[in-house]
Amino acid sequence: MAINWFKYSAPSTFYALAGKLAPWFAGMAAILFAVGLYVGLYVAPTDAVQSDAYRIIYIHVPTSLLSMFIYVVMAGYAALGLIFNTRLSAMMASALAPTGALFAFIALWTGALWGRPTWGAYWVWDARLTSQLILFFLYLGFIALHASIDDPRRADRASALLAIVGVVNVPIIYFSVRWWNTLHQGSTITPKGVRMEATMQVALYAMFLACWAYAIAMALWRVRSIILERERATQWAQELPEVRS
Amino acid sequence: MMGKLSSSGLLALVVRRDLVLAMRRRADVLTTLVFFVMVVSLFPLGVGPEPEMLRKMAPGVVWVAALLASMLSLGRLFSADYLDGTLEQMLIAPQSLPVLVLGKILAHWMVSGLPLVLMAPVLGLQFGLPAQQLGVLALALLLGTPVLSMIGAVGAALTLGLRGGGVLVSLLVLPLCIPVLIFGAGAVEAVAGGMNYASHLQLLAAVLVAAAVSTPWVTAQALRISME
Repeated sequence: MAINWFKYSAPSTFYALAGKLAPWFAGMAAILFAVGLYVGLYVAPTDAVQSDAYRIIYIHVPTSLLSMFIYVVMAGYAALGLIFNTRLSAMMASALAPTGALFAFIALWTGALWGRPTWGAYWVWDARLTSQLILFFLYLGFIALHASIDDPRRADRASALLAIVGVVNVPIIYFSVRWWNTLHQGSTITPKGVRMEATMQVALYAMFLACWAYAIAMALWRVRSIILERERATQWAQELPEVRS
Repeated sequence: MMGKLSSSGLLALVVRRDLVLAMRRRADVLTTLVFFVMVVSLFPLGVGPEPEMLRKMAPGVVWVAALLASMLSLGRLFSADYLDGTLEQMLIAPQSLPVLVLGKILAHWMVSGLPLVLMAPVLGLQFGLPAQQLGVLALALLLGTPVLSMIGAVGAALTLGLRGGGVLVSLLVLPLCIPVLIFGAGAVEAVAGGMNYASHLQLLAAVLVAAAVSTPWVTAQALRISME
Protein backbone atom coordinates (compact mmCIF):
# COMPACT_ATOMS: atom_id res chain seq x y z
CA MET A 1 0.00 0.00 0.00
CA ALA A 2 2.62 2.47 1.09
CA ILE A 3 4.03 4.50 -1.76
CA ASN A 4 7.70 5.27 -1.51
CA TRP A 5 7.68 9.00 -2.22
CA PHE A 6 11.43 9.23 -1.94
CA LYS A 7 11.69 7.05 -4.99
CA TYR A 8 10.53 9.99 -7.07
CA SER A 9 13.01 12.42 -5.56
CA ALA A 10 15.65 10.85 -7.78
CA PRO A 11 15.82 12.70 -11.11
CA SER A 12 16.04 9.44 -13.08
CA THR A 13 12.73 8.05 -11.76
CA PHE A 14 10.99 11.40 -11.77
CA TYR A 15 12.00 11.96 -15.38
CA ALA A 16 9.92 8.96 -16.46
CA LEU A 17 7.02 9.86 -14.14
CA ALA A 18 6.93 13.45 -15.40
CA GLY A 19 6.94 12.17 -18.97
CA LYS A 20 3.90 10.01 -18.23
CA LEU A 21 1.97 12.68 -16.32
CA ALA A 22 2.63 15.77 -18.43
CA PRO A 23 0.49 14.81 -21.48
CA TRP A 24 -2.47 14.06 -19.19
CA PHE A 25 -2.25 17.47 -17.57
CA ALA A 26 -1.78 19.11 -20.95
CA GLY A 27 -4.85 17.32 -22.33
CA MET A 28 -6.85 18.30 -19.26
CA ALA A 29 -5.73 21.91 -19.70
CA ALA A 30 -6.79 21.91 -23.37
CA ILE A 31 -10.26 20.50 -22.62
CA LEU A 32 -10.81 22.82 -19.65
CA PHE A 33 -9.61 25.86 -21.62
CA ALA A 34 -12.05 24.98 -24.40
CA VAL A 35 -14.95 24.50 -21.96
CA GLY A 36 -14.09 27.56 -19.89
CA LEU A 37 -13.67 29.86 -22.87
CA TYR A 38 -16.84 28.58 -24.57
CA VAL A 39 -18.98 28.96 -21.44
CA GLY A 40 -17.33 32.24 -20.51
CA LEU A 41 -17.48 33.92 -23.88
CA TYR A 42 -20.73 32.52 -25.36
CA VAL A 43 -22.97 30.98 -22.70
CA ALA A 44 -22.48 33.27 -19.68
CA PRO A 45 -24.80 36.30 -19.65
CA THR A 46 -23.60 39.85 -20.16
CA ASP A 47 -22.83 41.77 -16.98
CA ALA A 48 -25.32 44.49 -16.05
CA VAL A 49 -22.68 47.01 -14.94
CA GLN A 50 -19.71 46.33 -17.19
CA SER A 51 -21.42 44.75 -20.23
CA ASP A 52 -19.10 42.42 -22.14
CA ALA A 53 -15.86 43.97 -20.85
CA TYR A 54 -16.11 41.87 -17.71
CA ARG A 55 -15.44 38.70 -19.71
CA ILE A 56 -11.71 39.27 -19.39
CA ILE A 57 -12.16 38.11 -15.79
CA TYR A 58 -11.95 34.53 -17.07
CA ILE A 59 -8.30 35.07 -17.97
CA HIS A 60 -7.37 37.74 -15.50
CA VAL A 61 -8.44 36.23 -12.19
CA PRO A 62 -7.07 32.69 -12.71
CA THR A 63 -3.69 33.93 -13.95
CA SER A 64 -3.22 36.47 -11.17
CA LEU A 65 -4.23 33.98 -8.48
CA LEU A 66 -1.92 31.33 -9.89
CA SER A 67 0.99 33.75 -10.34
CA MET A 68 0.92 34.33 -6.58
CA PHE A 69 0.35 30.68 -5.75
CA ILE A 70 3.18 29.51 -8.01
CA TYR A 71 5.60 31.87 -6.27
CA VAL A 72 4.76 30.31 -2.92
CA VAL A 73 5.09 26.77 -4.35
CA MET A 74 8.38 27.77 -5.96
CA ALA A 75 9.70 29.09 -2.65
CA GLY A 76 8.50 25.87 -1.00
CA TYR A 77 10.49 23.76 -3.44
CA ALA A 78 13.44 26.10 -3.00
CA ALA A 79 13.27 25.64 0.78
CA LEU A 80 13.03 21.85 0.40
CA GLY A 81 16.07 21.93 -1.85
CA LEU A 82 18.08 24.01 0.64
CA ILE A 83 17.06 22.01 3.70
CA PHE A 84 17.22 18.43 2.40
CA ASN A 85 19.77 19.14 -0.31
CA THR A 86 17.63 17.42 -2.95
CA ARG A 87 18.55 18.29 -6.50
CA LEU A 88 15.09 17.72 -7.89
CA SER A 89 13.42 20.32 -5.65
CA ALA A 90 15.69 23.04 -6.97
CA MET A 91 15.03 21.88 -10.52
CA MET A 92 11.28 22.09 -9.89
CA ALA A 93 11.68 25.62 -8.49
CA SER A 94 13.48 26.80 -11.59
CA ALA A 95 11.00 24.94 -13.81
CA LEU A 96 8.09 26.79 -12.20
CA ALA A 97 9.58 30.29 -12.41
CA PRO A 98 8.97 31.01 -16.14
CA THR A 99 5.34 29.86 -15.93
CA GLY A 100 4.78 32.02 -12.85
CA ALA A 101 6.36 35.01 -14.55
CA LEU A 102 4.21 34.40 -17.63
CA PHE A 103 1.05 34.31 -15.52
CA ALA A 104 2.07 37.47 -13.67
CA PHE A 105 2.64 39.18 -17.00
CA ILE A 106 -0.70 38.00 -18.44
CA ALA A 107 -2.45 39.18 -15.28
CA LEU A 108 -0.87 42.64 -15.65
CA TRP A 109 -1.64 42.78 -19.36
CA THR A 110 -5.28 41.72 -19.03
CA GLY A 111 -5.61 43.98 -15.98
CA ALA A 112 -4.55 46.92 -18.12
CA LEU A 113 -7.00 45.93 -20.87
CA TRP A 114 -9.76 45.55 -18.30
CA GLY A 115 -8.90 48.82 -16.60
CA ARG A 116 -9.39 50.84 -19.78
CA PRO A 117 -13.17 50.30 -20.14
CA THR A 118 -13.96 50.11 -16.40
CA TRP A 119 -11.59 52.63 -14.78
CA GLY A 120 -10.95 54.71 -17.86
CA ALA A 121 -7.18 54.16 -17.80
CA TYR A 122 -4.83 51.37 -18.77
CA TRP A 123 -2.85 51.71 -15.62
CA VAL A 124 -3.92 52.89 -12.18
CA TRP A 125 -1.58 52.81 -9.20
CA ASP A 126 -3.98 50.50 -7.46
CA ALA A 127 -2.56 48.43 -4.62
CA ARG A 128 -3.25 45.12 -6.33
CA LEU A 129 -1.84 46.19 -9.67
CA THR A 130 1.26 47.59 -8.04
CA SER A 131 1.92 44.52 -5.93
CA GLN A 132 1.35 42.31 -8.97
CA LEU A 133 3.98 44.35 -10.80
CA ILE A 134 6.39 43.88 -7.91
CA LEU A 135 5.68 40.14 -7.94
CA PHE A 136 6.60 40.14 -11.62
CA PHE A 137 9.88 41.91 -10.75
CA LEU A 138 10.58 39.27 -8.08
CA TYR A 139 10.13 36.52 -10.68
CA LEU A 140 12.48 38.33 -13.06
CA GLY A 141 15.07 38.66 -10.29
CA PHE A 142 14.87 34.93 -9.55
CA ILE A 143 15.25 34.00 -13.22
CA ALA A 144 18.04 36.52 -13.79
CA LEU A 145 20.04 35.34 -10.78
CA HIS A 146 19.67 31.70 -11.81
CA ALA A 147 20.69 32.49 -15.37
CA SER A 148 23.80 34.44 -14.46
CA ILE A 149 25.45 31.75 -12.32
CA ASP A 150 27.21 29.11 -14.39
CA ASP A 151 27.65 26.46 -11.72
CA PRO A 152 24.18 24.82 -11.48
CA ARG A 153 24.55 23.85 -7.81
CA ARG A 154 25.39 27.39 -6.78
CA ALA A 155 22.68 28.77 -9.07
CA ASP A 156 20.08 26.52 -7.43
CA ARG A 157 21.08 27.39 -3.90
CA ALA A 158 21.51 31.13 -4.46
CA SER A 159 18.19 31.55 -6.23
CA ALA A 160 16.51 29.33 -3.62
CA LEU A 161 17.66 31.70 -0.90
CA LEU A 162 16.40 34.64 -2.96
CA ALA A 163 13.00 32.99 -3.42
CA ILE A 164 12.68 32.44 0.34
CA VAL A 165 13.68 36.04 1.11
CA GLY A 166 11.13 37.13 -1.50
CA VAL A 167 8.29 35.07 -0.07
CA VAL A 168 8.94 36.47 3.41
CA ASN A 169 8.86 39.96 1.95
CA VAL A 170 5.73 39.59 -0.17
CA PRO A 171 3.26 40.28 2.69
CA ILE A 172 5.29 43.27 3.89
CA ILE A 173 5.40 44.66 0.37
CA TYR A 174 1.71 44.03 -0.15
CA PHE A 175 0.64 45.83 3.01
CA SER A 176 3.02 48.73 2.53
CA VAL A 177 1.74 49.19 -1.02
CA ARG A 178 -1.87 49.00 0.11
CA TRP A 179 -1.24 51.58 2.79
CA TRP A 180 0.66 53.82 0.40
CA ASN A 181 -2.25 53.56 -2.01
CA THR A 182 -4.86 54.63 0.53
CA LEU A 183 -2.65 57.56 1.47
CA HIS A 184 -2.17 58.77 -2.06
CA GLN A 185 -5.55 58.48 -3.66
CA GLY A 186 -9.18 57.94 -2.87
CA SER A 187 -10.94 54.66 -3.35
CA THR A 188 -10.82 53.41 -6.90
CA ILE A 189 -13.93 51.94 -8.41
CA THR A 190 -13.75 48.22 -7.92
CA PRO A 191 -16.35 45.83 -9.24
CA LYS A 192 -17.22 44.28 -5.90
CA GLY A 193 -20.51 43.07 -4.58
CA VAL A 194 -21.44 41.73 -7.97
CA ARG A 195 -23.20 38.41 -7.47
CA MET A 196 -22.21 35.79 -9.91
CA GLU A 197 -24.40 33.85 -12.26
CA ALA A 198 -23.99 30.06 -12.05
CA THR A 199 -22.67 29.83 -15.61
CA MET A 200 -20.10 32.53 -14.86
CA GLN A 201 -18.91 30.51 -11.89
CA VAL A 202 -18.62 27.38 -14.02
CA ALA A 203 -16.57 29.23 -16.60
CA LEU A 204 -14.34 30.80 -13.96
CA TYR A 205 -13.67 27.50 -12.20
CA ALA A 206 -13.00 25.76 -15.52
CA MET A 207 -10.50 28.43 -16.50
CA PHE A 208 -8.92 28.29 -13.08
CA LEU A 209 -8.43 24.52 -13.27
CA ALA A 210 -7.24 24.87 -16.86
CA CYS A 211 -4.52 27.32 -15.84
CA TRP A 212 -3.59 25.02 -13.00
CA ALA A 213 -3.28 21.99 -15.30
CA TYR A 214 -1.36 24.07 -17.84
CA ALA A 215 1.11 25.21 -15.17
CA ILE A 216 1.67 21.63 -13.98
CA ALA A 217 2.12 20.29 -17.52
CA MET A 218 4.57 23.05 -18.42
CA ALA A 219 6.53 22.64 -15.20
CA LEU A 220 6.80 18.88 -15.75
CA TRP A 221 7.98 19.27 -19.34
CA ARG A 222 10.43 21.97 -18.35
CA VAL A 223 11.79 19.92 -15.46
CA ARG A 224 12.34 17.03 -17.88
CA SER A 225 14.47 19.29 -20.05
CA ILE A 226 16.38 20.54 -17.02
CA ILE A 227 16.98 16.98 -15.79
CA LEU A 228 18.28 15.93 -19.22
CA GLU A 229 20.53 18.96 -19.41
CA ARG A 230 22.03 18.39 -15.98
CA GLU A 231 22.25 14.60 -16.10
CA ARG A 232 23.34 14.23 -19.70
CA ALA A 233 26.61 12.62 -18.66
CA THR A 234 24.98 9.87 -16.58
CA GLN A 235 24.44 6.39 -17.85
CA TRP A 236 20.66 6.28 -17.44
CA ALA A 237 20.33 9.44 -19.51
CA GLN A 238 22.59 8.07 -22.22
CA GLU A 239 20.41 4.98 -22.47
CA LEU A 240 17.16 6.89 -22.99
CA PRO A 241 15.67 6.25 -26.44
CA GLU A 242 15.13 9.99 -27.06
CA VAL A 243 18.77 10.73 -26.28
CA ARG A 244 20.13 7.89 -28.43
CA SER A 245 18.24 8.84 -31.56
CA MET B 1 47.68 33.43 18.81
CA MET B 2 44.60 35.33 19.76
CA GLY B 3 41.96 33.79 21.95
CA LYS B 4 38.29 33.63 20.98
CA LEU B 5 36.85 37.11 20.70
CA SER B 6 33.54 38.07 22.26
CA SER B 7 30.78 38.96 19.82
CA SER B 8 30.95 42.67 20.59
CA GLY B 9 34.73 42.58 20.38
CA LEU B 10 34.51 40.95 16.96
CA LEU B 11 31.90 43.48 15.83
CA ALA B 12 34.07 46.42 16.89
CA LEU B 13 37.13 44.87 15.25
CA VAL B 14 35.41 44.34 11.90
CA VAL B 15 33.85 47.80 11.90
CA ARG B 16 37.20 49.40 12.70
CA ARG B 17 39.02 47.41 10.04
CA ASP B 18 36.50 48.25 7.32
CA LEU B 19 36.44 51.92 8.28
CA VAL B 20 40.23 52.11 8.13
CA LEU B 21 40.19 50.43 4.73
CA ALA B 22 37.52 52.84 3.51
CA MET B 23 39.48 55.85 4.75
CA ARG B 24 42.47 54.69 2.75
CA ARG B 25 40.31 54.91 -0.36
CA ARG B 26 38.36 58.07 0.28
CA ALA B 27 37.49 58.66 -3.37
CA ASP B 28 35.16 55.64 -3.37
CA VAL B 29 33.17 57.09 -0.50
CA LEU B 30 32.91 60.45 -2.18
CA THR B 31 31.69 59.09 -5.50
CA THR B 32 28.54 57.67 -3.86
CA LEU B 33 27.82 60.99 -2.20
CA VAL B 34 28.47 62.98 -5.38
CA PHE B 35 26.22 60.60 -7.31
CA PHE B 36 23.44 61.16 -4.76
CA VAL B 37 23.76 64.94 -4.96
CA MET B 38 23.93 64.86 -8.73
CA VAL B 39 20.85 62.68 -9.25
CA VAL B 40 18.78 64.82 -6.90
CA SER B 41 19.99 68.01 -8.62
CA LEU B 42 19.03 66.65 -12.04
CA PHE B 43 15.34 66.43 -11.18
CA PRO B 44 14.56 70.16 -11.17
CA LEU B 45 16.36 70.41 -14.51
CA GLY B 46 14.18 67.64 -15.86
CA VAL B 47 10.78 68.66 -14.55
CA GLY B 48 11.06 72.44 -14.29
CA PRO B 49 11.76 74.89 -11.46
CA GLU B 50 8.21 75.46 -10.09
CA PRO B 51 8.74 75.63 -6.30
CA GLU B 52 5.33 74.16 -5.45
CA MET B 53 5.88 71.02 -7.51
CA LEU B 54 9.47 70.61 -6.35
CA ARG B 55 8.40 70.81 -2.72
CA LYS B 56 5.84 68.08 -3.36
CA MET B 57 8.33 65.85 -5.16
CA ALA B 58 11.28 66.34 -2.84
CA PRO B 59 10.78 63.42 -0.41
CA GLY B 60 10.29 60.90 -3.18
CA VAL B 61 13.17 62.22 -5.24
CA VAL B 62 15.61 62.20 -2.32
CA TRP B 63 14.54 58.69 -1.32
CA VAL B 64 14.80 57.22 -4.80
CA ALA B 65 18.20 58.86 -5.24
CA ALA B 66 19.31 57.41 -1.88
CA LEU B 67 18.12 53.97 -3.03
CA LEU B 68 20.09 54.21 -6.27
CA ALA B 69 23.18 55.54 -4.50
CA SER B 70 23.12 52.68 -2.02
CA MET B 71 22.82 50.18 -4.90
CA LEU B 72 25.88 51.76 -6.44
CA SER B 73 28.03 51.18 -3.40
CA LEU B 74 26.90 47.59 -2.76
CA GLY B 75 29.51 46.17 -5.09
CA ARG B 76 32.23 47.25 -2.67
CA LEU B 77 30.71 45.50 0.34
CA PHE B 78 32.32 42.08 -0.19
CA SER B 79 34.17 42.24 -3.50
CA ALA B 80 37.56 43.50 -2.25
CA ASP B 81 37.66 40.87 0.51
CA TYR B 82 36.51 38.26 -1.98
CA LEU B 83 39.21 39.09 -4.49
CA ASP B 84 42.14 39.08 -2.04
CA GLY B 85 40.97 35.95 -0.22
CA THR B 86 40.13 37.64 3.08
CA LEU B 87 36.51 36.56 2.82
CA GLU B 88 37.52 32.92 2.65
CA GLN B 89 39.48 33.34 5.87
CA MET B 90 36.47 34.99 7.47
CA LEU B 91 34.26 32.04 6.52
CA ILE B 92 36.56 29.50 8.15
CA ALA B 93 37.24 31.67 11.19
CA PRO B 94 35.96 30.20 14.48
CA GLN B 95 33.94 33.37 15.10
CA SER B 96 30.26 33.80 14.32
CA LEU B 97 29.84 34.69 10.66
CA PRO B 98 26.54 36.62 11.09
CA VAL B 99 28.20 38.93 13.65
CA LEU B 100 31.09 39.45 11.30
CA VAL B 101 28.69 40.22 8.46
CA LEU B 102 26.76 42.64 10.68
CA GLY B 103 30.05 44.45 11.36
CA LYS B 104 30.75 44.75 7.65
CA ILE B 105 27.22 46.04 7.02
CA LEU B 106 27.54 48.61 9.81
CA ALA B 107 30.85 49.87 8.48
CA HIS B 108 29.44 49.98 4.97
CA TRP B 109 26.47 52.01 6.17
CA MET B 110 28.71 54.48 8.03
CA VAL B 111 30.69 55.01 4.86
CA SER B 112 27.91 55.05 2.26
CA GLY B 113 24.61 55.60 4.10
CA LEU B 114 25.46 58.08 6.83
CA PRO B 115 26.88 60.71 4.41
CA LEU B 116 23.57 60.60 2.54
CA VAL B 117 21.65 61.19 5.78
CA LEU B 118 23.84 64.18 6.58
CA MET B 119 23.63 65.57 3.06
CA ALA B 120 19.86 65.13 2.64
CA PRO B 121 18.76 68.26 4.56
CA VAL B 122 20.95 70.40 2.30
CA LEU B 123 19.31 68.87 -0.77
CA GLY B 124 15.92 69.34 0.86
CA LEU B 125 16.72 73.05 1.12
CA GLN B 126 17.34 73.12 -2.62
CA PHE B 127 13.79 71.87 -3.05
CA GLY B 128 12.41 74.44 -0.62
CA LEU B 129 11.39 72.05 2.15
CA PRO B 130 10.49 73.73 5.48
CA ALA B 131 12.53 72.98 8.60
CA GLN B 132 10.25 70.38 10.14
CA GLN B 133 10.15 68.32 6.95
CA LEU B 134 13.94 68.52 6.70
CA GLY B 135 14.23 67.07 10.17
CA VAL B 136 11.81 64.23 9.48
CA LEU B 137 13.53 63.52 6.14
CA ALA B 138 16.89 63.14 7.87
CA LEU B 139 15.36 61.04 10.64
CA ALA B 140 13.58 58.75 8.15
CA LEU B 141 16.80 58.33 6.17
CA LEU B 142 18.67 57.60 9.40
CA LEU B 143 16.25 54.73 10.09
CA GLY B 144 15.91 53.61 6.46
CA THR B 145 19.41 53.66 4.96
CA PRO B 146 20.73 50.93 7.32
CA VAL B 147 17.90 48.70 6.04
CA LEU B 148 19.00 49.42 2.47
CA SER B 149 22.54 48.35 3.39
CA MET B 150 21.23 45.21 5.12
CA ILE B 151 18.93 44.04 2.32
CA GLY B 152 21.60 45.04 -0.15
CA ALA B 153 24.12 42.86 1.66
CA VAL B 154 22.00 39.78 0.88
CA GLY B 155 21.98 40.71 -2.80
CA ALA B 156 25.70 41.52 -2.80
CA ALA B 157 26.49 38.16 -1.19
CA LEU B 158 24.33 36.25 -3.68
CA THR B 159 25.90 37.93 -6.70
CA LEU B 160 29.48 37.73 -5.45
CA GLY B 161 31.92 37.38 -8.32
CA LEU B 162 29.28 37.10 -11.04
CA ARG B 163 29.54 38.80 -14.41
CA GLY B 164 27.24 41.80 -14.56
CA GLY B 165 26.88 41.61 -10.78
CA GLY B 166 26.33 45.34 -10.39
CA VAL B 167 23.16 45.52 -12.47
CA LEU B 168 21.95 42.15 -11.24
CA VAL B 169 22.16 43.17 -7.59
CA SER B 170 19.90 46.16 -8.27
CA LEU B 171 17.41 43.90 -10.01
CA LEU B 172 17.28 41.61 -6.98
CA VAL B 173 17.35 44.19 -4.22
CA LEU B 174 15.25 47.10 -5.47
CA PRO B 175 11.85 45.32 -5.29
CA LEU B 176 12.62 44.25 -1.73
CA CYS B 177 13.39 47.85 -0.74
CA ILE B 178 9.95 49.16 -1.72
CA PRO B 179 8.50 49.15 1.84
CA VAL B 180 11.41 51.29 3.06
CA LEU B 181 10.83 53.74 0.23
CA ILE B 182 7.10 53.93 0.96
CA PHE B 183 7.45 54.47 4.71
CA GLY B 184 10.43 56.80 4.38
CA ALA B 185 8.94 59.12 1.78
CA GLY B 186 5.53 58.73 3.42
CA ALA B 187 6.79 60.15 6.72
CA VAL B 188 7.89 63.40 5.06
CA GLU B 189 4.68 63.63 3.05
CA ALA B 190 2.67 63.09 6.23
CA VAL B 191 4.36 66.15 7.78
CA ALA B 192 3.56 68.15 4.66
CA GLY B 193 -0.07 67.03 4.85
CA GLY B 194 -0.31 67.91 8.54
CA MET B 195 -0.80 64.26 9.49
CA ASN B 196 0.84 62.14 12.12
CA TYR B 197 4.25 61.08 10.84
CA ALA B 198 5.26 59.06 13.90
CA SER B 199 3.53 55.91 12.65
CA HIS B 200 5.65 55.91 9.49
CA LEU B 201 8.82 56.28 11.51
CA GLN B 202 7.72 53.55 13.90
CA LEU B 203 7.10 51.19 10.99
CA LEU B 204 10.47 52.11 9.55
CA ALA B 205 12.06 51.35 12.92
CA ALA B 206 10.21 48.01 13.00
CA VAL B 207 11.55 47.15 9.55
CA LEU B 208 15.03 48.14 10.74
CA VAL B 209 14.83 45.83 13.76
CA ALA B 210 13.47 42.94 11.69
CA ALA B 211 16.19 43.44 9.08
CA ALA B 212 18.93 43.74 11.71
CA VAL B 213 17.90 40.41 13.22
CA SER B 214 17.42 38.43 10.02
CA THR B 215 19.64 39.80 7.25
CA PRO B 216 23.09 39.14 8.80
CA TRP B 217 22.13 35.47 9.11
CA VAL B 218 20.69 35.29 5.59
CA THR B 219 23.74 37.10 4.21
CA ALA B 220 26.02 34.64 5.99
CA GLN B 221 24.14 31.76 4.34
CA ALA B 222 24.37 33.49 0.98
CA LEU B 223 28.13 33.96 1.42
CA ARG B 224 28.54 30.26 2.20
CA ILE B 225 26.57 29.39 -0.94
CA SER B 226 28.64 31.75 -3.07
CA MET B 227 32.00 30.65 -1.70
CA GLU B 228 31.64 26.89 -1.57
